[in-house]
Amino acid sequence: MSFKLSPKLSQQIAYTLLVISTIIVIVPVLTVIVIIIKNGWSALSWEFLTTMPKDGMRAGGILPAILGTLAIVSCAICITLPVGVCAAIYLNEYAKDNLLTRIIKLAIVNLAGVPSVVYGLFGLGIFVMLLGFGVSILAGALTLSIMELPVIITTARGALSSVPYSFREASWSLGVSKWQTIRRVVLPNALPGIMTGAILSISRISGETAPILFTAAAFYVPHLPKSMFDQVMALPYHLYIISTQIPNMPKNIIFGTALVLLLMVLSMSLIAIVARLYFRKIRKW
Amino acid sequence: MNSKITDYIIEKIIFLCGIIAIVFVVLIFGFLLKEGFAFFKEYGVFNFIFGKYWYPSSNPASYGVFSLIIGSLLVTLGAAIIAVPFGIMTALFIAELAPKGIRDILKSIVELMAAIPSVVLGFVGMVTLVPLVRSVLDIPTGLTAFSGSIVLGFMAMPTIVSISEDAIRSVPWQYKEGAFALGATKWQTIRRVVLKAAMPGIIAAVMLGIGRVIGETMAVLMVTGNAAAIPSSIFDPVRTLTATIAAEMGETVRGGLHYRALFGIGLVLFTITFLINFIADLFLNKKR
Repeated sequence: MSFKLSPKLSQQIAYTLLVISTIIVIVPVLTVIVIIIKNGWSALSWEFLTTMPKDGMRAGGILPAILGTLAIVSCAICITLPVGVCAAIYLNEYAKDNLLTRIIKLAIVNLAGVPSVVYGLFGLGIFVMLLGFGVSILAGALTLSIMELPVIITTARGALSSVPYSFREASWSLGVSKWQTIRRVVLPNALPGIMTGAILSISRISGETAPILFTAAAFYVPHLPKSMFDQVMALPYHLYIISTQIPNMPKNIIFGTALVLLLMVLSMSLIAIVARLYFRKIRKW
Repeated sequence: MNSKITDYIIEKIIFLCGIIAIVFVVLIFGFLLKEGFAFFKEYGVFNFIFGKYWYPSSNPASYGVFSLIIGSLLVTLGAAIIAVPFGIMTALFIAELAPKGIRDILKSIVELMAAIPSVVLGFVGMVTLVPLVRSVLDIPTGLTAFSGSIVLGFMAMPTIVSISEDAIRSVPWQYKEGAFALGATKWQTIRRVVLKAAMPGIIAAVMLGIGRVIGETMAVLMVTGNAAAIPSSIFDPVRTLTATIAAEMGETVRGGLHYRALFGIGLVLFTITFLINFIADLFLNKKR
């Protein structure tokens, strides 16, 4: 090539391209959020949040869907958090650098990559059919908890490994056992990181549809859930149903439902992001 | 006195939790294999993979997933073409050019992007992007592989941006100092030194992004039109592997051939994503 840009000019051009591409990536996120808020705002009311759907879901509120999602998600996090944190403790504090540890790490990576709808299949096969839980809150929560396990393990492990090694040594030198050290020294210091990870996970599983499609979610249930073995309506599934399966659905109710789901998910993510920045700032080491 | 015993028990519990990830991977694979194999035995692997027609409800039913595989690949390829260049350039901007304050804000926005549920993106895509694609391109329906690619490209972005950004920022500063000392401009340094050193991490980021796209279900189900036929171009409706499972599992007879065929699809998906993640992990470890 005979014509060559000067390094200065090509740097200018490259920088401009990078800025443009960043704008192209960022703008759609904000657009999506704005579109939903703008169109859904009018549907939001106390009544919308606290009443049952009416007229084949074309009117009324979305209370059962909100409660259903809360039930599934809170069960799921109660199952996955302790198991995930213990797994992280094992990997960070006990595991030696051997074949088993490598296989565990590989398993975690692959578990994180399994498509959500495949978790749905697995949940259907194991929890709904084999163990006989039926399509229920419990089956959906178990399915989601397995799906979220790798995320919890990875974030908890990050939090544990950010606690300086010297903290552990100081505790051991006082004659404290390994587990007591973990419990009294390492875990309290890792707690903020573990909790932010947990909040992010709650936010993520609240919006998941595919895993609960055949394990927990119901098209319409005329009453509120009473036990762990009930089918429930769930917010993301409800949004899918009313936006694709029901003809002549009023647009503002669909947008309102999307807005409630989005607010739930984004507010938790924001809390986690802010908490993380805050704890990073006040950390003493 | 008793604390020794409690310690022992707790450490055993912790060990069991430690290996639970392996247990679940094996369980999931085993379960898909069991149901999938029952189907393959009855229908034949070759007929399944290369069969052109997916007509589960006709008589006799036919369960060929070739058109679904093409559908998934087409949408994924389109998404990658969109997400990879923009994702990497954005990662470069965030890692190398943005001042600290802006960097934190951009990273938070990327994280928020990852948090938007796929069903919400599918819905917004359905009411905004789909009509737009239809009117701009003047085609009979906007529910096409193209629309799916745009939505999915967008969904792959957070993965690609954040993992690439990590890789770029972990390039040792000595590399850059060396290039500057030889008189290279900042951009020359980024392009010839930083990008090259971060390449294994960036490749892993791209693969993980693609893995996410192949497995994505709800958004694809809502915007690609779900026509189980081999598309002649990216502007045709397609149906993906994931969307087929999601759309049809509800109406199958539990334990029947159709039910098992969907597990067969699950097995195909699991295998694809397993390979992608395995290779991505090799690249990530190579980085160290």
